Amino acid sequence: MNYEHLLSVQDLHTTFTTDNGDVQAVNGVSFNLDEGKVLGIVGESGSGKSVTAYSVMQILAENGGITGGKILFKGEDITKWSESQMTNFRGKSCSIIFQDPMTSLNPVFSVGNQLMEAITLHTDKKGQAAKDRALEMLKLVGINEPEKRLKQYPFELSGGMRQRVMIAMALACEPDILIADEPTTALDVTIQAQILELMLDIQKKLGMAIIMVTHDLGVIAEMCDEIIVMYGGRICERGTADEIFYNPCHEYTKGLLHSIPSVTGKKERLNPIEGTPINMLNMPKGCAFCPRCAAAMKVCLQEVPQEISINEDHKASCWINIRDHKGVQEEVTTNG
Amino acid sequence: MAEHLLEVEHLKQYFPIRDGFFGSKPLKAVDDVSFTINHGETLGLVGESGCGKTTVGRSILRLYEPTDGVVKFEGEEITDKNIHALRRKMQMVFQDPYSSLNPRMTVEDIIGEPLDVHKLYANKKERREKILHLMDLVGLNAEHATRYAHEFSGGQRQRIGIARALAVDPKFIICDEPVSALDVSIQAQVINMFEDLQEKLGVAYLFIAHDLLVVRHISHNIAVMYLGHMVETASADELMDHPIHPYTESLLSAVPIPDPKIARQKNRIMLEGDVPSPLNMPTGCPFRTRCRYATERCAAEVPELTDRGNGHKVACFVK
Repeated sequence: MNYEHLLSVQDLHTTFTTDNGDVQAVNGVSFNLDEGKVLGIVGESGSGKSVTAYSVMQILAENGGITGGKILFKGEDITKWSESQMTNFRGKSCSIIFQDPMTSLNPVFSVGNQLMEAITLHTDKKGQAAKDRALEMLKLVGINEPEKRLKQYPFELSGGMRQRVMIAMALACEPDILIADEPTTALDVTIQAQILELMLDIQKKLGMAIIMVTHDLGVIAEMCDEIIVMYGGRICERGTADEIFYNPCHEYTKGLLHSIPSVTGKKERLNPIEGTPINMLNMPKGCAFCPRCAAAMKVCLQEVPQEISINEDHKASCWINIRDHKGVQEEVTTNG
Repeated sequence: MAEHLLEVEHLKQYFPIRDGFFGSKPLKAVDDVSFTINHGETLGLVGESGCGKTTVGRSILRLYEPTDGVVKFEGEEITDKNIHALRRKMQMVFQDPYSSLNPRMTVEDIIGEPLDVHKLYANKKERREKILHLMDLVGLNAEHATRYAHEFSGGQRQRIGIARALAVDPKFIICDEPVSALDVSIQAQVINMFEDLQEKLGVAYLFIAHDLLVVRHISHNIAVMYLGHMVETASADELMDHPIHPYTESLLSAVPIPDPKIARQKNRIMLEGDVPSPLNMPTGCPFRTRCRYATERCAAEVPELTDRGNGHKVACFVK
């Protein structure tokens, strides 16, 4: 088949209807993902990073739905697919690991039962063949005594083990895309290191693409080839890991990087972003970040900034960059 | 004045766990932990979940009755008799700003409650003034006083919790994962506030957290716990730059570094397996089952904390 990108999200809008009005959780997000790449989506709670991932899987809550844009998987728009096509897509072409390994496994079924369910549903392996595959997957994710684990129930396993089972389940049908939604947030650092290493290891073996959704800049720096920074349902900056960390252009990204304590332990005072996270029910008219932005100009209040290229590997949506790059300084300063 | 603000000596906290129909066996949440905290300084307490760091904090404040050991505050031993009075000088900030504030009380009443309990005002006017002063101290507006907790964001709620702890003008605050539930940008605001308050009021902290970069930033000294035991303690920079205990070493190398170039070069020491159950503790050194240097002696004896110079104490036979 002929397609440009494995996954191409184009101008995605996802809206939730609530008693207090509609919430635009994702507001015009576009990105591409190619085979074998790790894409990181970073942002704070309510930035729309998880909803973007859930929209790709179409596993949104009852009151939510995709209200605009396209999601092209291997060139086909999956937003137009029927529910049965989507069922086939989930698990087989694209699977997801959730944040909380304590609640994302079913407590009343054994690990083996849940693993084999995914396998029998999406492949032609049945019975013993499915069991063999389940065993093989448990070994792949580094679980000791896999025979015994198949018969155990989730409560008998530790958090790290459960997350390994989740990964085994997600990878059992060799999907093209693995979405990891804060996969290690609930785990301790030493276990987190094991799980991240495991994910990269398996990715090298199977060659799938990973979308890594997290708020942890450390995890992003270690895992990702490319990074998307989200705020208020929009992408504010994107680029390679080096570009984002060493040459941040959007004021929000700069603020985020200044908010983390120094790696070398220099006791500099932290320089946090002022203000409180955005209220999605009451979005500003212009740039979503401008109420907290120290460098906000008048134009930021009125218009949403367009995305411009900083260089080949780097794009940002910030009026300050637009001013500096396009030479529209005069126009902007007369406004402000 | 006593040399140290707080001295913890051989603190033990066991919990009885039912075993069979009649029997019970002890879960050794904290086993023989000793440390000191100086006036106006911060001790960071780190370790993985289940290592007993939260229990240490709660045992100091006698939210649990310690099984054994002595805790001295300003040289005075804490007992059941004087704990009520001492809670005027020792306070706590909890991890979860969503569940640690009463949803049916206004901010004014939440912050005012410790004042009521310890009768720290003469009249209503004074109470109100004190509350407004506290709110100002933690960066809340006066108009927030009549609102309820659910109207605030996570960071603001944590500020309310801190104002409540500060209400009795304490000398020592136990902060149990105070920033873990907050977004990075808000986390930095709260950390700065902790530092400002320490400078202004001279309050000492026991800062319990699992984020090592944050702990290094805020602490003067750091102690590392594993399975109820203290394995290493030193000044913050010394511990982070020259860890000695194998557990500290691997814990530090597991921290994801928010810097792609350093992250790529890092040589990670991977720990195998999970933390053993505290009900089924390994003999000898608690870490030996995951330690790559473990010897026969480690299985036979429990290593004591020994001073390796400059107050850097380590409990390990090998290193």
